[in-house]
Amino acid sequence: MPYESKEISNTVLTKLLNQSYKYGFATEIEKEIFEKGLNEDVVRAISRKRAEPEFLLEFRLKAYRKWKQMKCPEWHILKFSEIDYQNISYYSAPKVKEKLSSLDEVDPELLETFEKLGISLSGQKRLTNVAVDAVFDSVSVVTTFKEELAEQGIIFCSMSEAVQEYPELIKKYLGTVVPIGDNYFSTLNSAVFTDGSFCYIPKNVKCPLDLSTYFRINDEKSGQFERTLVIADSNSSVCYLEGCTAPQYDSNQLHAAVVELIAFENATIKYSTVQNWYSGNQDGKGGIYNFVTKRGLCSGYNSKISWTQVETGSSLTWKYPSCLLVGDKSKGEFYSVALTNNFQQADTGTRMVHIGKETRSRIVSKGISAGKSKNTYRGYVHINNNAVGSRNYSQCDSLLIGNLTNATTFPVIRVDNSTTKLEHEASTSKIGEEQIFYFLQRGISIEKGIELMISGFCRDVVTELPLEFAAEATRLLSLKLEGTVG
Amino acid sequence: MNDTPILEIKNLKVAINEREILKSLNLKVNKGEIHAIMGPNGSGKSTFSKVLGGHPAYTVLGGEALFNGTDILPLEPEERSHLGLFLAFQYPIEIPGVSNEDFLRLAYNAQRSFKNEPELDPLEFLSVIQNKLEIVKMSSTFLSRNVNEGFSGGEKKRNEILQMVLLDSQLSILDETDSGLDIDALKIVSEGINTFMKNDKAIILITHYQRLLDYIKPDFVHVMQDGKIIKTGTANLAKELEIKGYEWLK
Repeated sequence: MPYESKEISNTVLTKLLNQSYKYGFATEIEKEIFEKGLNEDVVRAISRKRAEPEFLLEFRLKAYRKWKQMKCPEWHILKFSEIDYQNISYYSAPKVKEKLSSLDEVDPELLETFEKLGISLSGQKRLTNVAVDAVFDSVSVVTTFKEELAEQGIIFCSMSEAVQEYPELIKKYLGTVVPIGDNYFSTLNSAVFTDGSFCYIPKNVKCPLDLSTYFRINDEKSGQFERTLVIADSNSSVCYLEGCTAPQYDSNQLHAAVVELIAFENATIKYSTVQNWYSGNQDGKGGIYNFVTKRGLCSGYNSKISWTQVETGSSLTWKYPSCLLVGDKSKGEFYSVALTNNFQQADTGTRMVHIGKETRSRIVSKGISAGKSKNTYRGYVHINNNAVGSRNYSQCDSLLIGNLTNATTFPVIRVDNSTTKLEHEASTSKIGEEQIFYFLQRGISIEKGIELMISGFCRDVVTELPLEFAAEATRLLSLKLEGTVG
Repeated sequence: MNDTPILEIKNLKVAINEREILKSLNLKVNKGEIHAIMGPNGSGKSTFSKVLGGHPAYTVLGGEALFNGTDILPLEPEERSHLGLFLAFQYPIEIPGVSNEDFLRLAYNAQRSFKNEPELDPLEFLSVIQNKLEIVKMSSTFLSRNVNEGFSGGEKKRNEILQMVLLDSQLSILDETDSGLDIDALKIVSEGINTFMKNDKAIILITHYQRLLDYIKPDFVHVMQDGKIIKTGTANLAKELEIKGYEWLK
């Protein structure tokens, strides 16, 4: 088009997409923080600090030694300056009393922080149908509804607590889905992880509440390395949500998390993320480096794991929630919206490995790129020769806003048998000046027009989110669903 | 003030990328009138329609466009729409992921809220749109499809007329609405336009061909060339052009 698009892209679109990051505040709080740097002593110190059993220290040291021999992966298309791992503090915790017996003992400053983030942890105002584990830098601050859940035998607590209270479960399952040495960042996490959430749903229990972890990076100098483990025993089901924010700093903070899910026979785990880490300013300064390994193991017959993610933040995102479909007739799903703007870079997607017979997977990926950002979908579907009668459906759509952005997709599909059915669809569209003019000429404001287009584009994914999150996600994507029917 | 023209263009000069397209254009359209603008390719007809719509690609170098006495050139495109100016596009654009129904309702409600009338909810709107669908002979399945996506040429044009009827615009500029239509679709579209036309409205038809004017009777026919109106006449002028070609006027 000969006509100058700057006017529209640079004013209204930018205004819409660049709404100031309202979670960018930092909390002043007395904290205990390790000196910067990483070596075996630091790993030991983390373990000692947390009074961990011997097996866990061994786990960490093994990971650390492995990590030392590994190299940062280079196959992604993210561009960033080399991370100085000696310039990061690996432990930062708000100073609290040794053991919290009730919410009253939690530092009010912390409660207020979460309150400001819209996560109320105190009795009266807390969400009635969601149990929350709130993680602040390296430690879990509080977990709500623990007792209520315990009545049904559900364990939902911080990883630190799980290590103390249920060491046998941790020993049995930790690192079984994402083994030490799996990749550079997960191995680093295995060495230095501090907190995260642990969840166990016993046999035949449908978890009555949505479980949720809220991650908050507060400290400028420390990295966040959380570890989450969710186990759904036979015939159980759980819906898990995860939210993330961080203050606005000019420097980059490292976030390298590992999430492991295990679903046994007939069990279902639905894991949703709304990621809104600080993404850096309009010139690309600051923001979170987000390197996350998420993997689910469908170990039992007819088990199901479903990942839904809405990725809007972070300066860099490197994340591929995956499913290993081992049990016959097991099912994996991946629904994703990744929005990048300014200088954000996202390299995200999924991996579906079909091992059991008649396994199914479904991938719906939506990338929205604006500004000068780079948005990459990377998918790998592997159907093994024993996975007869399996099916995969993949769809990756890209939406471009403006003329300076970049969207790439790398879908790889490998099938080793002849009885599998596959479908792959892809599309690229653009919110162009002519479309916007069409809306305007019909009297519809540019904001409403874009909302409508974005909401239409993301509908397949957003409807997969639990209600509470769908609202946040839609807000985040500057879209309102009230303009749509049903 | 009843005799104020709906549209009065005075010495309109417009450029795109520093190239002057419209050169001192003058035109007056009164209530109840249908004007046809004809002219060879590149004479500035589509530019004229887009400039009135407020397309940001064009730079107005001078002149006025009075809509019921008010110059609309400084107004935003959506404000012009709210005032009752409608542009039926030559190439209606596809909008993936947005259903026709949502799009139409949003446009309709934008108009209502401009007039301080309450917006309609989806159910109320459905009964409004059902009636209008009949005017362009479209089935209601058409509402659930995405805006113009996968529409045939005829469907796209009928969708434009549907929007015009729905928004009940006072001044409608139809940019080559007849192009790409077969005879049956042309009849439906023309009938829709004729049903819609009232004494308090006005229509500007931009067209290459006389055949549209067999169905819609214009009060005036203008010939545009090189960014100006070089001749104005009655419906007979169009017939004459059909035989002699534009060269005849040079």
